[in-house]
Amino acid sequence: MAAAVESTSAVIPPVRRVPDRFRTVTAAVAAVAPVILIVIVAILYQQAAPSIRHFGLGFLTGTEWNPVTDTFGALPAIFGTLSTALLSLVLAVPVGVAVAVVLAEQGQATLRGILGTGIELLAAIPSVVYGIWALYVLAPWSYQHLELPISDRLGFIGWLSQPGARSLFNASLVLAVMILPTLSAISREVIRAVPRGLKENAVALGATWWETTWRVILPSARAGIFGATILALGRALGETIAVTMVIGNRYAIPPSIFSPAYTLASVIANEFNEATGTLYPAALIELGLVLILVTLLVNIVALLLVRSTSREASRAA
Amino acid sequence: MNRNVRRQFASSIWLGVMYLLTVLALIPLGLVLWFTVSKGLPSVLHPEFFTNSFRPFGIPGGGIAHAIVGTAILVGLASLMAIPIGILGGVYVAEYAVDPWASWVRLASDVLVGTPSIAIGLFAYALVVVPVHHFSGIAGSIALAILMLPIVIRTTEGAVALIPNGLRESGLALGLPRWRVSLQLILPTAAPGVITGALLAVARASGETAPLLFTSLGNTLFKVDPTQAMQALPLTIYQYALLPYKSLQDQAWGAALVLVVMVLGINLLSRWVLRRQIRLAGQL
Repeated sequence: MAAAVESTSAVIPPVRRVPDRFRTVTAAVAAVAPVILIVIVAILYQQAAPSIRHFGLGFLTGTEWNPVTDTFGALPAIFGTLSTALLSLVLAVPVGVAVAVVLAEQGQATLRGILGTGIELLAAIPSVVYGIWALYVLAPWSYQHLELPISDRLGFIGWLSQPGARSLFNASLVLAVMILPTLSAISREVIRAVPRGLKENAVALGATWWETTWRVILPSARAGIFGATILALGRALGETIAVTMVIGNRYAIPPSIFSPAYTLASVIANEFNEATGTLYPAALIELGLVLILVTLLVNIVALLLVRSTSREASRAA
Repeated sequence: MNRNVRRQFASSIWLGVMYLLTVLALIPLGLVLWFTVSKGLPSVLHPEFFTNSFRPFGIPGGGIAHAIVGTAILVGLASLMAIPIGILGGVYVAEYAVDPWASWVRLASDVLVGTPSIAIGLFAYALVVVPVHHFSGIAGSIALAILMLPIVIRTTEGAVALIPNGLRESGLALGLPRWRVSLQLILPTAAPGVITGALLAVARASGETAPLLFTSLGNTLFKVDPTQAMQALPLTIYQYALLPYKSLQDQAWGAALVLVVMVLGINLLSRWVLRRQIRLAGQL
């Protein structure tokens, strides 16, 4: 018996490892995503090269933008991009988190479901639609009912004076409306991922609804909400069309948040098709390169944060 | 006791504040929809709005037929490029999830989703428009395809990962090669989820303006040849809205209504498909 087993095992050939060709092929197809990402940065760098060589680091700190004299500096556009994005976060984050708290646990399940779906659908509305609405409805309204009253009372503070319908403030306002759906949808998921036990413990100890939310749920969802905020920041930094329609397109660091300004993306959108020569288009592409590098950085930080919280949550659960 | 009453009272106040902020958030979002419908409806009610193309200011009967057909061609071409590549890539990322390369693809897709669309437009300009020296629908559809690709990859991955391992194992146990298991067994089972992803990508691409500004450029004429500059719905809204003519501004609102109905319609459709997928997966 033992001999028979031995002899058969000698006859059966060892299992031949078939190379997994399907894996090789699909892995190669999937490589398109990382390759495109790298090629985008490389090509923009190559196209921006004349401007990078000519201006060096001074491009980032220059404040003049003059196609006639071929003098280009990015600072006002960088300032406009960062300040509109940050101001929109200041406006949107408290509201977005409140929506997330309400949607995550308050009220009837069906009502929450409908509201949740509604908010997610609003994230799908194209930015140009927010843009035309901002141009004809939001900006005139905000000029009349927010900017004028505020600057009448607080206009002695320099950066709250000089109200105008096309302004950095109105651009931030429409950005806030646009990032709100994304912000609250992701925050809602993060708040839902907080282990039920934590909440139940707090309630069992006699904490009120607010104490549970403020001291237990929000602190444990903190990193995830921060990640959602950074993702929204990435979106606000790169948003082009709606901002271009209401920001007023003036290439200068604005004296007041109610003054017209410019962002990296809207300078490109407005001027690129008219740019002639070598230095002018290269400078515009360099603006694009600055924009893409900033958003890449912001997005990677956000992804790492959101991922680390969902991993923590699944470990705790 | 007094302290507990105060605590309860504070809690109710904060709950009220949260509800108030939620309502405050819904107001502008509701207003966007309301104005799009009420300002767009008068234009949309004329049949020639859908059958005619651009007419200069002062000549009545202008329409957006050229923009609707342009968007269909641009997004159609972009889908032909992005959807097959995205599905195969998504199948790879899900089926070989433990590969280190898969996590790089995942990271790259997530980063690509967040890349400013205007930068993708500049890239397509440098890649296609510069070498051939003229704007074209093809350049626009390449830019849109780059926007769509990561969405298709990630949603396909999600749908394929939902399929229980038992199905995969029974296929392999029957001696099917890996590619047949993935493409002929897993992928058809995951089809509703995959279709959802493709639809979401189509909806996103239909609404994008920035990547088309320097690639497809826009056109006042009715064009079906993608080697020429082409009009698209979002471009129409952007261009007409900034013109000083009331009749063209009205058409911009009309085009916005058409675009919103299209995009929200595709989104609702994709949700319906996805719900069926989840029910199906529950039965497996």
